[in-house]
Amino acid sequence: MEELKLYTYIAVFGTFALYFAIAWWARAGSTSDFYVAGGGITPLQNGMAIGADWMSAASFISMAGLIAFLGYGGSVFLMGWTGGYVLLAMLLAPYMRKHGKFTVPEFIFDRYYSKTARIVAVACLIIASLTYIIGQMKGVGVAFSRFLEVDYGLGLGIGMFVVWVYAVLGGMKGITYTQIAQYVVMIFAYTIPAIFISFQLTGNPVPQLGLGSTLADGSGMYLLDKLDLVVTELGFKEYTTSNLGGTLNMFAYTLSLMIGTAGLPHVIMRFFTVPSVKAARQSAGYALVFIGLLYTVAPAVGAMARLNLMSTIEPSAGEYLVYDERPQWFKDWEKTGLLKFEDKNGDGKIQYTSNKTDQPVTITGAISGKEIVLLPNEMVKVDRDIMVLANPAIANLPNWVIALVAAGGLAAALSTAAGLLLAIASSISHDLMKGVLVPDLSEKNELLAGRVVMTLAILVSGYLGLHPPGFAAGTVALAFGLAASSIFPALMMGIFSKRMSGTAAISGMCAGIGITMLYVFQHKGIMFIPGTSFLGDMGPNWFLGISPNAFGVVGAIVNFGVAFAVLQVTGPCPQHIVDMVENMRAPGDAPAAHDH
Amino acid sequence: MENKETYWSENTRIILICLAIWFVVSFGFGLLLVEPLNAISLGGYKLGFWFAQQGAIYSFLGLIFWYGHKMNQLDIKYDGESK
Repeated sequence: MEELKLYTYIAVFGTFALYFAIAWWARAGSTSDFYVAGGGITPLQNGMAIGADWMSAASFISMAGLIAFLGYGGSVFLMGWTGGYVLLAMLLAPYMRKHGKFTVPEFIFDRYYSKTARIVAVACLIIASLTYIIGQMKGVGVAFSRFLEVDYGLGLGIGMFVVWVYAVLGGMKGITYTQIAQYVVMIFAYTIPAIFISFQLTGNPVPQLGLGSTLADGSGMYLLDKLDLVVTELGFKEYTTSNLGGTLNMFAYTLSLMIGTAGLPHVIMRFFTVPSVKAARQSAGYALVFIGLLYTVAPAVGAMARLNLMSTIEPSAGEYLVYDERPQWFKDWEKTGLLKFEDKNGDGKIQYTSNKTDQPVTITGAISGKEIVLLPNEMVKVDRDIMVLANPAIANLPNWVIALVAAGGLAAALSTAAGLLLAIASSISHDLMKGVLVPDLSEKNELLAGRVVMTLAILVSGYLGLHPPGFAAGTVALAFGLAASSIFPALMMGIFSKRMSGTAAISGMCAGIGITMLYVFQHKGIMFIPGTSFLGDMGPNWFLGISPNAFGVVGAIVNFGVAFAVLQVTGPCPQHIVDMVENMRAPGDAPAAHDH
Repeated sequence: MENKETYWSENTRIILICLAIWFVVSFGFGLLLVEPLNAISLGGYKLGFWFAQQGAIYSFLGLIFWYGHKMNQLDIKYDGESK
């Protein structure tokens, strides 16, 4: 344990020192440095930075855990969070880079020639980004308190300070180079344990292949077949076919995550940092290479973690782990409250089944066809978020690997937080102040304003991380829903319809957000306050069985519909806007990203 | 002007081809056709499951690079620049 702590301190503070050094080396001198890193980032660098920017604590910590328990149903996250890059690469990024401005609301302002549109875009951006940051800040606090046993609040404070140093000092330039370093830390931390575990279980060190291989225990059985058998014998749904709320719900969920991904401003902004349209298209490809590396490993991590967990608790059918002989990781996670055991039948052994009643239940094994008596479940809490963090310990990996995972989780949370903070700061200093309120702001003062706003944003998000509002868990859905139902359609219509007018686009955005928020609130509670959901959060009340998290796509369809209907009534946009759109679509070089 | 128009229509044609494949590999093979495809196995993977958790992502990658390559060719054809 002492050795583990020492390694963890070295890994965590070693990486922090690296980020500081990079921040000092890449500090920003101009607004162009601050917003778009001077426009001189190469596609490969940008791809890596997008990877770190995009992959948050949710991707690093939560996703494999979700897949471990959802099985096939977890595919919505894998396809949804990668498929969005296809849309980004073909429908948005190249044209927005060609137009050549600093921020997403600025693009909306130019295209829809309306300050109202710009303010609506700023509002969507701030709500979506702030809700996202809360999750990152919580991730930082949890990682510190679990791995270094420091107070949650102190851990959060250290995280805030680290981000403040490199984001405020370096702006987009500092963030970009730090994100590249963070990507490297993160991907090593994710894949090294996966390689070890895959090799242990299957003899194949490549996790993507190991997941489809036979087990190394001499049984000759495929890993996935074994997993299907083990979980069904305990009454859980078959791993490789368990659906998530029906085909239509999975369809809508995947599509919502895809268009939500393509509409997230902090990701789109990164495409403004490269020198040309060609480089913007390439960045999207490289980004997906780096993201795909983690995302194709994640299903292996999930499945193998589930199998290891099950076989630790029940080494073979009917033979249970004795509670007093439980391994160290089990005790460590019990302390956090994320793992809980209750000895219901008093036999001192752990039974982990799907039986939530107090009485034994007899079922027929879905695969084996045997009659099985399920004892009541005694693992009353197994938090999904612990799967990635506990995985190396469950598999008995060396301490330095566990230390690396701690540094990786922190890198994932900090890199995303920095990107989001920059999106918020630029939308306030550049769009709201320079663009609307104080048009004659000098470059020097705008840079100062950007830094002050970012400092304030860090303080606000730190406060929210320390006192997470009750709705924190539900807000990620809201962030994706907002991006999918407001920002993505507005940008896409701005590029693909020459006629789309400002009035029509604003109506569409408001309608899209409106219906999405209404749906989420009516099922999850107004502002997620329990008891205020007037339709109840249950399947039968859902529209066509679509869960609130999957509703963004319906909001987007409403957005498109309303916008085109209003366009019919109010008529198309003026000629100079048509010329602008034609220029966006034309071949040729993009101007350096610039101010008005 | 006419040049710009044909450049754009060729671009949209390439996008439509890409999006059709994008849809088929993820929503098609990974979701709507997952049950029949699961009858086929790819090593230890059921094929539908493999598309949903691995294959779709590899296909997305191929699509983005193919699109970038086609657009570079178009840029040279219409703009005469190769950078």
